[in-house]
Amino acid sequence: MHFDWSIYLQLSPDGQHTYLQTILHGLGWTLATALSAWIIALLLGAIIGTIRTTPMAWAVRVGNTYVELFRNIPLLVQMFLWFFVLPELLPTAAGDRLKQLPNASFITAVVCLGFFTSARVAELVRAGILALPRGQRMAGTALGLTLPQTYCYVLLPMAIRIVIPPLTSEFLNIIKNSAVALTIGLVELTAAARSMQEFSFHVFEAFSAATVVYVLINIIVVNGMRVLENKLQVPGFISLGGGMSAGH
Amino acid sequence: MLDLDFEIIGRTWKYLFFDGMAFTIELTLLAMAGGIIVGTMLALARLSSFTPVSALAGGYVNLIRSMPLVLVIFWFYFLVPYIGAWLIGSKNPLKIGAFTSSLVTFILFEAAYYCEIMRAGIQSIPRGQILAGYALGMHYWQTMRNVVLPQAFRNMIPVLLTQTIVLFQDVSLVYVLSITDFVGAADKVGRRDGRLVEMLLFVALVYFVMCTLLSGLVRRLQQRVAVIR
Repeated sequence: MHFDWSIYLQLSPDGQHTYLQTILHGLGWTLATALSAWIIALLLGAIIGTIRTTPMAWAVRVGNTYVELFRNIPLLVQMFLWFFVLPELLPTAAGDRLKQLPNASFITAVVCLGFFTSARVAELVRAGILALPRGQRMAGTALGLTLPQTYCYVLLPMAIRIVIPPLTSEFLNIIKNSAVALTIGLVELTAAARSMQEFSFHVFEAFSAATVVYVLINIIVVNGMRVLENKLQVPGFISLGGGMSAGH
Repeated sequence: MLDLDFEIIGRTWKYLFFDGMAFTIELTLLAMAGGIIVGTMLALARLSSFTPVSALAGGYVNLIRSMPLVLVIFWFYFLVPYIGAWLIGSKNPLKIGAFTSSLVTFILFEAAYYCEIMRAGIQSIPRGQILAGYALGMHYWQTMRNVVLPQAFRNMIPVLLTQTIVLFQDVSLVYVLSITDFVGAADKVGRRDGRLVEMLLFVALVYFVMCTLLSGLVRRLQQRVAVIR
């Protein structure tokens, strides 16, 4: 085993970029995928999570089914369902248009990761709202607020602060999970390292580069979120902190 | 719009379950057992008052937890033959089968996650319990084995099992090494017969039913093992 770290500066098989540039290119796709999917996940997750705490039984049931559906199917299978199965189940014209999209694997990855993570976000948001003392909801009602007002002015502002720490780890998860998109042909960070390894035969250098980048992303996100958490803190309330839960 | 023909499942279910699902379940159970053992050792190391040990274990856990599983699978696929050669003092990298390689990968990867669960479990045990162990004249290992770990394990069983359901789903990622697990088997048959859509829908349904049942069981277990304090 020998190392040759100058490999990063050598030209990759596309003839224009060095291996370092292809790795950074992969990083770009990883971030683009994760951030776009995160927007979908936050929006959908917040809505579904909130719905699951309302007194409307049918809405709670719909929300629960949604969460179960996306949590109980492996991400890889979900990726394949969006990519291979959905276009076939649509009417032929619509299916063909989907297949011919210029960035089909990127768009599929964003939608798939967005829905997948939204179920997890929904679970966190629900837990955050339920962690509030019952009195808060009652106080809202006693003040004559309607249900939407109670959520808007009383419950959600506190619940959001409670869920920031677990949301941080969910954000890290979405970045890591975007690597699964390499199975549908998205050349994100892991895939870039993989192709560098295949073309240059420098296994250790290739995977080390990707590993270092992932670790750096982790450190930046964790510290950034800590700053945000402190900025948003309501004086007099200590953050409840996330309990122990399973997941990636 | 495609015409769906689920007749292929009637023809191939034996292969799917006895080859594919058997591999997935075997890998899940062995990786769970190995992962919990290694994870518990890591947790003890992380909580050690001897700084080099805790720093090393903490570094490993944080490193693994910041990497995507797919990347870890690639890493170990290439590293395991070298580690094996180093362990037995051989000059050439060992030839290791797909199953062993992915088993080592999943044990070492999941150990980082099980470690954090066990650490939370150990830290939830009141300090007085450890002191009581010492007061009875037990040394560190005896206290851990007889007093702390049994309680920590019991408290964490639901979370450990939920993590195992996650692991069960994660095993599908051995697809990137073209190994025939449940998804890999369905993918192979589906592509061969041009019935990928039906196969993938079936795979999703099987995972959904199994994971829903398992997480339902875990939830019931959680209510039963909860210790009322």
